[in-house]
Amino acid sequence: MSLLTTSSQTVGPYVKIGFTSLAVDHLAPDGVTGERVTIRGVVVDGDGKPVNDGVAETWQANAHGKYPHPEDAQDKPVERDFRGFGRILTDDKGGFRFTTIKPGRVPGPGGTLQAPHLVVTVFMRGLLKHLITRLYFPDEPANADDPVLKLVPAERRSTLIAKRSSTDKGSLEWNVILQGQEETVFFDY
Amino acid sequence: MSEIISYRRPYFNTQPDYLYRGYRSTVKRAPTKPLVFLPHTLSEVTGPVFGYDDVRPTDSDLTRQHGGEPIGERIVVSGRLLDENSRPVPHALIELWQANAAGRYRHAVDDHDAPLDPNFAGYGRVLTDAEGRYRFVTIKPGAYPWRNHYNAWRPAHLHFSLFGLGLVQRLVTQMYFPGDPLLRYDPMYNSIADDKSRERLISTFDWETTIPDIALAFRFDVVLRGRDATPMDSTRS
Repeated sequence: MSLLTTSSQTVGPYVKIGFTSLAVDHLAPDGVTGERVTIRGVVVDGDGKPVNDGVAETWQANAHGKYPHPEDAQDKPVERDFRGFGRILTDDKGGFRFTTIKPGRVPGPGGTLQAPHLVVTVFMRGLLKHLITRLYFPDEPANADDPVLKLVPAERRSTLIAKRSSTDKGSLEWNVILQGQEETVFFDY
Repeated sequence: MSEIISYRRPYFNTQPDYLYRGYRSTVKRAPTKPLVFLPHTLSEVTGPVFGYDDVRPTDSDLTRQHGGEPIGERIVVSGRLLDENSRPVPHALIELWQANAAGRYRHAVDDHDAPLDPNFAGYGRVLTDAEGRYRFVTIKPGAYPWRNHYNAWRPAHLHFSLFGLGLVQRLVTQMYFPGDPLLRYDPMYNSIADDKSRERLISTFDWETTIPDIALAFRFDVVLRGRDATPMDSTRS
């Protein structure tokens, strides 16, 4: 028997009612292993206007490259206080900010290793189904061999790699640009 | 390390496109460059795991979160969360949000001239049981105007957010009510090309789950993506 997946519908303009209660912008409490990173950015639409009613959900491995999930069979430690999940709502200026740890490397297809990354799911009014993108880290030699980055046209890869912030030392900058020349790469998932 | 088993891709026309001109907000928010095909790696077949620590029993009864009873028609909304292979999705987090009986959301940007209800916040969540079943008690939301076009009204609906086992099963949708005359005029509902898929967003009246003399009931089953084998099956074959 085969059912068909239920159709997606937009979260609409009142998504904050649904998504505030389980919002998480500080993913790694004290005691969780790993290099702390602060990631900030803006979400902008095709007119360059900030998206003040958006939500990003992030998913990542811990610093050892292990997901706290039954299908991750790797012999690596799970960190009890690290769920790997973030849910960040954009502010009035379309901005978002969260802190986490840099994930370790996880296996990719065909015996490869993936570069450290977060999978980012984006919801907002005007999106009839959510977008999926990825966030990679700057100055990371593993990016060159990442099996997913390699699928992205070379000239667009930079949209997936965070930059060191020039204004806020120590934090990373990564924007979600919905349309245009600098449009973020979104995946067919 | 065993190979990853991908989830099936959606069938033709069963999911909306990003750009649907009838829904005006899609025009400046839909991607314009080609999407890049994403193979399902360990990062996509895993996903956040929720548990009973994340939900309280009162979270699923939206009529009992305040000092008094909300205004409106009390309803039970229940159903099952399944995958495409008809397997239940157990212990999955479902979130629900909605307008009140007058068609007004408790949200700063909702300026619809209809009353707020001090006894209704319009948010609930629940974890499915071992058989994928869930149940909410709430009030029937009102329709409301939304200015997408002249005299545009949203049919009454509940917003559902669902987490499966894998990240690519994540789904946000809306549940509608049977016989709603506004559905045929609604761009969001009509953004789904396939007739049957569209109609499956309409709940069914469910006599058997009514609470006698207290609440009417609607049934809404939700299907998440499936795959051709489960990881456990693959180790046996």
